[in-house]
Amino acid sequence: MDNILSIVTFIPAISAGLMALFLHGNDVAAQRNAKWIALVATTVTFLVSIGIYTEFDPSNTGFQMVEEGQWLLGLKYKMGVDGISVLFVLLTTFIMPLTILASWNVTDRVKEYMIAFLLLETLMLGVFMALDLVLFYLFFEAGLIPMFLIIGIWGGKDRIYASFKFFLYTFLGSVLMLVAMVAMYADAGTTDIAALMTHQFSSESFSVLGVHIVGGMQTLMFLAFFASFAVKMPMWPVHTWLPDAHVQAPTAGSVVLAAILLKMGGYGFLRFSLPMFPVGSAVMTDLVLWLSAIAVVYTSLVALVQEDMKKLIAYSSVAHMGFVTMGIFAANQQGIDGAIFQMLSHGFISAALFLCVGVIYDRMHTRDIEAYGGLVIRMPAYALVFMLFTMANVGLPGTSGFIGEFLTLMGTFQVNTWVTAVAASGVIFSAAYALWLYRRVVFGDLIKESLKSITDMSTRERLIFAPLIVMTILLGVYPSLVTDVIGNSTAALISNYDTALAAAQAATQVASH
Amino acid sequence: MIQADLTVILPEIILAIYAMAALIGAVYTSKDALAPVLVWTTAGLMAALSFWIASNGSGTNVAFNGMFIDDGFARFAKVAILLSAAAVLVMSQEYMARRNLLRFEYPLLVALAAVGMMMMVSAGDLMSLYMGLELQSLSLYVVAALRRDSAKSTEAGLKYFVLGALSSGLLLFGASLVYGFTGTTLFSGIINTVHHGDVSVGLLFGLVLLISGLAFKISAVPFHMWTPDVYEGSPTPVTAFFATAPKVAAMALFARVLHDAFGGAIADWQQVIVLLSVLSMLLGAVAAIGQRDIKRLMAYSSIAHMGYALIGLAAGTELGVKAMLMYLAIYVTMNIGTFAFILMMERDGKPVTDIDALRQYSKRDPGKALAVLILMFSLAGVPPMLGFFAKFGVWQAGVQADLIGLVIASAIASVIGAFYYLRIVFYMYFGDENEDPIETRSTPVLWIALMGSAALMLIGVVYQFGIEGAAAAAATTLVN
Repeated sequence: MDNILSIVTFIPAISAGLMALFLHGNDVAAQRNAKWIALVATTVTFLVSIGIYTEFDPSNTGFQMVEEGQWLLGLKYKMGVDGISVLFVLLTTFIMPLTILASWNVTDRVKEYMIAFLLLETLMLGVFMALDLVLFYLFFEAGLIPMFLIIGIWGGKDRIYASFKFFLYTFLGSVLMLVAMVAMYADAGTTDIAALMTHQFSSESFSVLGVHIVGGMQTLMFLAFFASFAVKMPMWPVHTWLPDAHVQAPTAGSVVLAAILLKMGGYGFLRFSLPMFPVGSAVMTDLVLWLSAIAVVYTSLVALVQEDMKKLIAYSSVAHMGFVTMGIFAANQQGIDGAIFQMLSHGFISAALFLCVGVIYDRMHTRDIEAYGGLVIRMPAYALVFMLFTMANVGLPGTSGFIGEFLTLMGTFQVNTWVTAVAASGVIFSAAYALWLYRRVVFGDLIKESLKSITDMSTRERLIFAPLIVMTILLGVYPSLVTDVIGNSTAALISNYDTALAAAQAATQVASH
Repeated sequence: MIQADLTVILPEIILAIYAMAALIGAVYTSKDALAPVLVWTTAGLMAALSFWIASNGSGTNVAFNGMFIDDGFARFAKVAILLSAAAVLVMSQEYMARRNLLRFEYPLLVALAAVGMMMMVSAGDLMSLYMGLELQSLSLYVVAALRRDSAKSTEAGLKYFVLGALSSGLLLFGASLVYGFTGTTLFSGIINTVHHGDVSVGLLFGLVLLISGLAFKISAVPFHMWTPDVYEGSPTPVTAFFATAPKVAAMALFARVLHDAFGGAIADWQQVIVLLSVLSMLLGAVAAIGQRDIKRLMAYSSIAHMGYALIGLAAGTELGVKAMLMYLAIYVTMNIGTFAFILMMERDGKPVTDIDALRQYSKRDPGKALAVLILMFSLAGVPPMLGFFAKFGVWQAGVQADLIGLVIASAIASVIGAFYYLRIVFYMYFGDENEDPIETRSTPVLWIALMGSAALMLIGVVYQFGIEGAAAAAATTLVN
């Protein structure tokens, strides 16, 4: 198949379009149809996307399965995957059927709900495959619309505040990135990502309004992209939209947000910041590393005192993303491999944790940790699943969480020992908040009257968790599954990065002599 | 000679003669009973003329010793003006008929205004510029006060007239200074003087006054004060008209004057345009936040959008003009759809303009709500809607002209502005239930306008009907 990437990307959107046009009514039958159509569409997308995986050649570090066509304003429709993006594509197609299954209990505007999720899937897949700057931006930004609606329509009590905050926060970050993209287009004369990676943007220092800017253009562009990706990631201190969005979003929304949308930030750093602005990245590395270390420690501490389960997991997500940014900006093989690994593993683990919250929220309609306790007595299977993912979240060896944290810490240690030392303490904090959460919700005596009739997980719920459990453990014991695919691409990325830095350094030395 | 001149302005002549003949005909026959027919014939004639202009025109034809220029740029603007005016006319027919507003003068005044606008975009001389501008303005003053028994509508008309007269005065004063310091009113003569590096202080004064007069017409800040009141007070179809064709005409005229007459003095007017642009975008974004009335909101929205279009003009390049023209075409399309929806909003047969009334509208009419959602995101400039590409185009031109600061300011303004578009979506989709919901009575015309414009915003991502090529060609003829 020549255009397998477009096929995978647009199956969900086309299904959504068909559903919008031909599915009428709001009775039980129509609702059931909507759910099944969405489930079938996402499952088919996943099955077809396996074709991408089998066709993918890990030894090739360039873009593969490339499709190209003319578009408007001199832009191109260009799609392709390399070792860095291919697994994110698979992660997306893998998670989406599970989120649809997790939404089986939705009764309010089911058709619109499913359409929003299907459109969101198309846009997320597009982000990871787009090889044109503006095409990337289009997918990246358009994803805000369905997510805004998902939080706003099907969210919790404060959904309006959360949805506006989510939208405007991320929009502000992205438009600054767009300005930088326009500037890149003007400078390089192309929006082709592959071509831009080899383009040397000027790194000559200059002054703006009396401020001396080391790294010149590259630093400014880096900062513009940083504004977008740091918000998306999210990094401390621009993470504040995330807990709000997570708490108010419906379970499936939280899952998509944590498992996939957050990864766009990290992916953006790897696709744009490092390869296109090596000098800018090098200038800002220390700042990013320290911000990450602060994020790990600070948000872990904040997570400790949360009373809302979803909020706790949201803060833990911020902390885990801190490891990712740290690994990326360590800019060595372990660091970047670890960062990608951590993102994938966090995709499974955080998805599962939000689903765990969803299971008991569906039954009790509260997320207060206070309202639970002693669930193990009535829900042994749930306790087991929750235990597994709590441990994975903590980074227990044998689960995928360990590999990511270990590799990123190892990579960072070679670059900045102090940052690593501070961040490593976050591992302990994460054990503290995760285990304490588990202790308060699952263990103890079952004294609350309302919990005495709570039922254990249904078959549907078990079915959702099964693939996540498999992936978490599989990646934990056999990480080469991931590192073999990404290894060559990241190695190429790092060697290009080092070459560019060395060249820039040589140029400044020549200039100063 | 005369015959060749007349061939060049044939479309204008046809439309003008039609308007006058119809005026006489209607006065001596059945008066208002003829109005619905006149609406359709006027719209039909405008559409036919626009197709004629689009398909027949070629090259640059100059008539009346350079006073009238028919080039690719003028044709692009004329097609946009005529099509949008025709669309607004047919959209308003049913609305006005039901409220006893449909007088036969209405379509004819719109037709005369269109003649004025066609004249404006083709002007090659300060005098033909003023003729066109006044023909357009005088028609618009009357249309604004069309609802004679309403104090608000009369106030709108009067306000528009007084401030419009002031701006015309500024413009005339500027024109006379320019004439005094260059010795000619012909654009081609003025640009010769400017090209020789002879930009005296007097000429600069004239230029600035000209710009002020024109900025009033496109309602750029700080000459925007009339806009919200006129938008709110005028009958909604008239507001829809104000928001579309005259904006294109005034913007095109603006570009024509700056490039054809002052093309050699870009550095002198660029900073003024940049200032107008920044102020318009920021005020348009911030002031709209407090609005509850959707017509006032759209007024501020149009102020902001003119600010974005001005970025293209400020760039002073061919790419900038192209981006500006595309911006205008896309903006007009979005506005036609949005106003089609505003025309539908009513409760017990009375028009409603309070955005509060839209609460949970998506539950009652998901199709239309979705169309409005698409239009709102497009107005906010969120991809994948076409509105995003409009912004992308002007930013591209701005960055190429080294106006990075302006582009960054507009990026920030677009985020602030996104808030109020989002709020409409918020009311429609997740507001609390309203005990007093609005009905939306849709006629086929309004429905097509709304759905068509929303569909175009999405289809435009894949296929743009050759607008880009036409705009590029138009820009080439203007900037050289």
